[in-house]
Amino acid sequence: MNHALILPVLLPLFMGALLLLAHGMGKPTKRLLSLAATWALVPLAVWLLLLADDGQLRIYALGNWQPPFGIILMLDRLSALMLLVTAVLAGFAALYASRGDDERGPNFHALYQFQLLGINGAFLTGDLFNLFVFFEILLISSYALLLHGHGPQRVRSGMHYVVLNLLGSALFLIGVSMLYGLLGTLNMADLAVRVSLADPAEAPLLAAAGFILLVVFALKGAILPLYFWLPRAYAAATAPVAALFAIMTKVGLYAIVRVFTLIFGSEAGELSNMVLVWLWPLALLTLGAAVVGALAARNLQVLLAYLVVASVGTLLAGIAIGSEQSLAAALYYLIHSTFIAGALFLLADLIARQRGEYGTDLVTAPALQQPLLLGAMFFVGAISVAGLPPFSGFLGKLMLLRSVAPGPEAVALWAVVLVGGLGMLIALSRSGSLVFWRSSEEAIGLAADPVRVLATLGLLLGSLLLVIAAQPLQAYVQATAAQLLDLAPYLHIVRGGEA
Amino acid sequence: MEALFAITLGIMTASGVYLLLRARIFPVVMGLTLISYAVNLFIFSMGRLATGVPAVIGRSEAYGDPLPQALVLTAIVIGFAMTAFVVVLALRSIGELRTDHVDGQEPSK
Repeated sequence: MNHALILPVLLPLFMGALLLLAHGMGKPTKRLLSLAATWALVPLAVWLLLLADDGQLRIYALGNWQPPFGIILMLDRLSALMLLVTAVLAGFAALYASRGDDERGPNFHALYQFQLLGINGAFLTGDLFNLFVFFEILLISSYALLLHGHGPQRVRSGMHYVVLNLLGSALFLIGVSMLYGLLGTLNMADLAVRVSLADPAEAPLLAAAGFILLVVFALKGAILPLYFWLPRAYAAATAPVAALFAIMTKVGLYAIVRVFTLIFGSEAGELSNMVLVWLWPLALLTLGAAVVGALAARNLQVLLAYLVVASVGTLLAGIAIGSEQSLAAALYYLIHSTFIAGALFLLADLIARQRGEYGTDLVTAPALQQPLLLGAMFFVGAISVAGLPPFSGFLGKLMLLRSVAPGPEAVALWAVVLVGGLGMLIALSRSGSLVFWRSSEEAIGLAADPVRVLATLGLLLGSLLLVIAAQPLQAYVQATAAQLLDLAPYLHIVRGGEA
Repeated sequence: MEALFAITLGIMTASGVYLLLRARIFPVVMGLTLISYAVNLFIFSMGRLATGVPAVIGRSEAYGDPLPQALVLTAIVIGFAMTAFVVVLALRSIGELRTDHVDGQEPSK
């Protein structure tokens, strides 16, 4: 048993607790500790990724209670990939935050660590109830982080976010306990085995439990019709928090992939792949609605929030097609969209700081102090997120469009993704020209803080790196998709899984 | 017993949903609390309802399932913390926005 599996959970847990206990420590010490702990996750995640790349499933049985009786952590290629994406994003966001945003309220860094604990735990756990617990950990820290820094706007949007997610948690518990009541287990692999052996008379109830879980994950993942909370919440959050939240919708999508490829996957008999037919139209509608929202946005941060929703739609389309190729494309797009959304949220904050009281509102405002630097960064980010060559968004979309077989599905996907891309491009170029070219007076703001620029550039260059390293990365996501769809090793986790 | 239990849960959930759809924060918090009570009872009932069956092996012929009871405890603790958080948030919302409307502003007439 490899103890490294639990480190991504333990490290933020202990660091968060330490930062809480040592409340009186000076700001520089707290920052240093938090940054060190966040960046330490990167080599750790790389190591786990290399471990997972041999294609074996690794299990960590907590307290050495063997599955299905104990709680397990499970590392496969997908979890390792998600851990690495989280670690890199969180590292740069923490770097950005440590230049002043963490001073707007107490305990920013402790909350940040707890948030990472929840996210990492959700990616690693192999137990459905534990997934609920980690969801709650990441949610309660996200509530506090969202409200971090005061302001009526945050309280206003925070209320919706909190109440909706509390209702989501209640639904999650209903779904989980229905599955337990019917199957008598909560271990995901064991659930998969028992769903495949279930009495056909129980199939409707199992399907109901599965769909309740889908509603919960769709709420976290911001899928139509459950995304309305997102634009307000993300636009109100401080920049590093909004950047970190770029991974939060992906937690919902990860849960969809995990639960509906494993528990209700190809081995589930009557129920196999039952959600895919539902996900397909939802994906396209989410993408369409997000583009309309982006076109109508009157604030740069709201526009970016809608771009997050659009990326959810694109990703979900890849998941809904359900083939190995499309799943691989979706995973590549997931890495790209997380980094680029994080970078753009940070960049929007840099722009807002130079526009004074106008902030990110899309109106004519004083000129920027550094129009060339910020403009170039915005240009790169915009063409990457809209999916134009030569950046990673283009590759991701290309992989996705090529993964669908000719037929009505292909027509729908090509039309929605390409027209959606055009819409995003229009929205971005409109806002870009307004911010950078149409100014009312001389620049008033101060030059941007170099560390903040560095953090934003780091994430933007991630997009470039995704293109340069496209070949090994594509091989990895391809192998990840293959591993996800081959359920036999997962079912072997529990004894009796041979059936 | 099952029918009575199911009807109770149904009434609690329905009342909870009704309260949740109100426009003021206090009824919304009450609604969330009712729903979480109903959910906790629902989890409990997933271990099957029976009397005289302790969750200990060897004390009696039949034994209860201890796992739902553990799950309920976890859910209660988490639900309690979340409710406390919403109440604090509601207080702050009244302090900062001067309204207890869930949208943070009075509806325009």
